[in-house]
Amino acid sequence: MIAALANPQKFMSFSRWAAPVLGVLAAVSIGAGLWLGFAAPEDYQQGDTVRIMFIHVPAAWTGMFAYACLGGASFFSLVFRHALADAAARACAPLGAAFTGLALVTGSLWGKPMWGAWWVWDARLTSVLILFLLYVGYMALQAALEDEAKADRASAILALVGLVNLPIIHFSVMWWNTLHQGESVFRKGGSALAPVYLWPLLIMGVGYLALFGALWLVRTRAEVWRRRARALALKAAG
Amino acid sequence: MALDLDLGKYAVFVWPAYAVTAVVLASMIADSLARARRWRREVERRETDAGGAR
Repeated sequence: MIAALANPQKFMSFSRWAAPVLGVLAAVSIGAGLWLGFAAPEDYQQGDTVRIMFIHVPAAWTGMFAYACLGGASFFSLVFRHALADAAARACAPLGAAFTGLALVTGSLWGKPMWGAWWVWDARLTSVLILFLLYVGYMALQAALEDEAKADRASAILALVGLVNLPIIHFSVMWWNTLHQGESVFRKGGSALAPVYLWPLLIMGVGYLALFGALWLVRTRAEVWRRRARALALKAAG
Repeated sequence: MALDLDLGKYAVFVWPAYAVTAVVLASMIADSLARARRWRREVERRETDAGGAR
């Protein structure tokens, strides 16, 4: 499938219908997730702050998933020198940064009432902050180099090096003693969450990932058009 | 199923979290769609120009 989509024309006709389909899936899932999230009873320990989980955890999942996509696109860009992979990587970074930023801000708003602090330098929080800084660094590097081909190559290397941070984020709550809670959804022996919280969380997770997918396709399309416009401008200039 | 929108003493933390999320997601959607429209139109304009010049 990846090989077929590497053809820009095929990608454009695929994304033309796939983006709105994912967009509708996102709207329906997020709507249903919000409804179930606010219909759930307040937690016996965390009270109403438990509702922050429905937007905090999916934002963190999506921020990490987007980085894996950025790493994948960067790999294809470096190894196969494919223009569509460059466009996809460029399109992915701002979205990943936004989702990771949301995870940090909503986490901070959850941390204050539960831990008594907006921020602590614990392994999970710090590794997610590094993820955010990797996105920012990636975008800054691209903006700094005028030669786009060079910028794509340099930023792809940065993105690949940054991939090492993903397992660190995932295992941070096991390797170090953190204030952040440990794995509670996908863990051996089943989820630690009651179904009344687990369902809205999973549905919101699907909604966030679908939204990311839809916007990634839309932004990649924009990037393909931008490159085509630039090529046409160069051709017109002769 | 009744919705529980009275968040009591935690309202000052939960609503801002939802508000920030809504603003960021809405701007991300608006920016992505605007970008796609802008560059698609730019390509169409240049293709028309190139066609006219021939």
